[in-house]
Amino acid sequence: MGENNQVVKNKFNLKRITHSKGFSSLTSALIAILLGLLFGLIVMIFAKPDSAWAGFKFIVLGGFKRIGDVFYFATPILMTGLSVGFAYKIGLFNIGASGQYTMGMFFALYVGFMFDLPGNSHWIVAVLAGMLGGMLWGFIPGFFKAFLNVNEVITSIMFNYIGMYLVDMWVQGSSVMYVATKTRTNYLPTDVQIPSLGIKGSNVNYGIVLAIAIGIILYIVLEKTTFGYELKATGYNKFASEYAGMKGKRNTIITMLIAGGLAGLGGAFAILAPSGIAGSSMTYEPINIIAPAGFNGIAVALLGNSHPIGTIFSSIFISHIQRGGTLASLVGFKPEIIDVVISVIIYFSAFAAIVSTAFGGIIKKFVGKKKIDDNSKHNINEDSLVEKSDNNIKGAE
Amino acid sequence: MENYIIEMLNITKKFPGIIANDNITLKLKKGEIHALLGENGAGKSTLMSVLFGLYQAEEGEIRKNGQVVKINNPNDANELGIGMVHQHFKLVEIFTVLENIILGVEPNTAGFLKKKEAREKVINLSEKYGLRVDPDELIEDITVGMQQRVEILKMLYRDNEILIFDEPTAVLTPQEIKEILQIMRDFAEEGKSILFITHKLNEIMEVADRCTVLRKGKCMGTVNINETSKEELSRMMVGRNITFSVHKDEVKTGDVTLSVKNLTVASKTHKNNAVKNVSFDVRGGEILCIAGIDGNGQTEFVNALTGLDKVSSGAIKLCGEDITKSSIRRRSILGMSHIPEDRHKYGLVLDYKLGQNLVLQRYWQKDFQKSGFIKFDAVREYAEKLIDEFDIRSSQGPDTIARSMSGGNQQKAIVAREIDKEPELLVAVQPTRGLDVGAIEYVHKQLVARRDAGKAVLLVSLELDEVMDVSDRILVMYEGEIVGELDPKIATVEELGLYMSGAKRDVVKEINDGGK
Repeated sequence: MGENNQVVKNKFNLKRITHSKGFSSLTSALIAILLGLLFGLIVMIFAKPDSAWAGFKFIVLGGFKRIGDVFYFATPILMTGLSVGFAYKIGLFNIGASGQYTMGMFFALYVGFMFDLPGNSHWIVAVLAGMLGGMLWGFIPGFFKAFLNVNEVITSIMFNYIGMYLVDMWVQGSSVMYVATKTRTNYLPTDVQIPSLGIKGSNVNYGIVLAIAIGIILYIVLEKTTFGYELKATGYNKFASEYAGMKGKRNTIITMLIAGGLAGLGGAFAILAPSGIAGSSMTYEPINIIAPAGFNGIAVALLGNSHPIGTIFSSIFISHIQRGGTLASLVGFKPEIIDVVISVIIYFSAFAAIVSTAFGGIIKKFVGKKKIDDNSKHNINEDSLVEKSDNNIKGAE
Repeated sequence: MENYIIEMLNITKKFPGIIANDNITLKLKKGEIHALLGENGAGKSTLMSVLFGLYQAEEGEIRKNGQVVKINNPNDANELGIGMVHQHFKLVEIFTVLENIILGVEPNTAGFLKKKEAREKVINLSEKYGLRVDPDELIEDITVGMQQRVEILKMLYRDNEILIFDEPTAVLTPQEIKEILQIMRDFAEEGKSILFITHKLNEIMEVADRCTVLRKGKCMGTVNINETSKEELSRMMVGRNITFSVHKDEVKTGDVTLSVKNLTVASKTHKNNAVKNVSFDVRGGEILCIAGIDGNGQTEFVNALTGLDKVSSGAIKLCGEDITKSSIRRRSILGMSHIPEDRHKYGLVLDYKLGQNLVLQRYWQKDFQKSGFIKFDAVREYAEKLIDEFDIRSSQGPDTIARSMSGGNQQKAIVAREIDKEPELLVAVQPTRGLDVGAIEYVHKQLVARRDAGKAVLLVSLELDEVMDVSDRILVMYEGEIVGELDPKIATVEELGLYMSGAKRDVVKEINDGGK
């Protein structure tokens, strides 16, 4: 199992790695995952003792047999995860990723059906339109927050509903887009579908490549540019950033624009994915349900510690577990039980921060103790000190 | 053998890259006021945190009444009767005074609060010691001085007999300082033992019985106050002689740098204007000080001047340009620097590294970025330069998270950043708050150096000594108005005090108009 290997590797270099800051978030995420898996196993044993182990093996390992699908399903939640995580870094909680995702999907659909563009430009324009739709739906809560000081959580929750109902209404009102007899959208033309990566039996496409690239770009923007410096400063302390002459209101709006655009791209990537069956495509069913991708994005971002690179891995992990979960039905597990187990795993994963202080501390203490035993009593217990300073306790005065 | 209530013997406490306490011994007698003196970063707070159970010492032991005790957390300390008033208060803002006092030791029957009993005890205590508070007011609505009284009442409510005051006077007005010192004396007379952390020598000379001096984590010894002098204490603390008066050469004042005309600023808390029709000029080569008791409109005035808040009416000109409505960035580019009053709220991004904080207003300049990408090497180099020049002490240099630095060093970082911008106008609000004498001397020298370079300095201060020593001209602000202009060479502290308390006022308007 991938996670196990990483743990072993970490133990190996523990002394050096415990000093790094990234270590605590990585260990906590890994431990959270392990705990989640363990708890999931327990749930499965209660549900169906006979085939619990077989089902569990499917959940953990099944994804490896369907790598293509893992990446395919990771794409939209990676984008919503990046959206939530990015906003969070700037101190905003973007719970409206679902609405932005749905809006993005609609804009992409609209370009797909209503525009006739040559060759590759069609899907590219559709993807960009999706981004635009998401940005629009992110802009409004951002504007309200910046100029009217309305909490972005409230507005973006409301915009989840407004977006979803609007899209459902628009889709159902268009005879080009909607097939009333099948209560779903029509098949999109082939040229608007994102080119497949060509893995057999899977819909995986260039969407995931773009999504990962976007994640890396986000990382660079946040960590290496003046723009990112400014945004993070605004997130950490809006008073100090204002004092330093940064434009807090503008930054809030830009942040929500970008977050919305990311989620909108997620929607576009999802709906424009190629279908394995010739002549068909992905479809959208206007059945008045808020897209779960937005909420999965919150879990993905939490597990990835809101870090763009961490989010890439956490989205792939969650997708991996979900793919494995569908396979567990082969040994007789009902889909609902699988959903419960997956939820438990994600739920535990979201506890990463708490787990970090509890277990991370224990591990560091253990290493620290060993060091004391090794060396004479007069040496400084560096590891536990690192832990102290990690906890932001005021330093030496 | 003497009767020691607390003995801290050979305490050693290390942090990565720094030995905060190196073999320190401190003995507290029953019923005495024992001062703990040292520069910023000398290890005073660390030592007290060890006593209060926030840190564990690697070596050494703590004894109470001769018995060795182990203090693992603040609860242990509390059980031993040790209470502490922290420099930054630890109060729940949205709770009332009473709720804060009983927090953690709530009297109850079967889970139901017995507030009435608690209220009586609090009222009794507050009357007995003259600690005036209203038990039902919310913490967020009361002044800093009152919040401190709440912290003291918290200790008394818990029947603590060993009271630690961590720089209690740093945030208080002169009147409040007098009160708190008297309260400490009353406590000592009653047999309570007091540890008083400070770097204000005057206060030590006034109330303390003995004083232990720390320097760079080492104990420089304990002295009896009646056998020592301010000069000796400061020499022990910094290892060299400190000049208490600020040396200033005559400088010819230049052109008007800042011109404020009929400035009025609305108040956020009440209907009246916080700043009323204020007019004055600051010229290059002078230090103009705005003196006044806290809460008389200085904060609002500075916020309006620096662009943090809007102006109701009036005009501000900086170097000839009308900046009344300019952005903060524009003011900064024109040459305004601002050392803010609240260093945690405005001065620093606490979760950023020290290096990142030192370029907080300059990250966008050519020196530090290239086509939008931060030049990390340049930032680091610049940070190291400032750290070196301004003696900013931290455990990991430019990579230290600002939050983990001591208050004094945080302040030094801000001062370094603002002065190194080489501003035309330096607005310094309480620039030496929380600094030790060595650092104060340094900051004062820097302010004077700006003046000597022909630049303007606007100093806003509550410290009378600072006002009298550093400034070339004093304006006194009372209830949002300028009520007097004084020449520090002629005026006395008493006279200044009369203006500050509103007992005396001139018609200053003519003076200002004359200057224009």
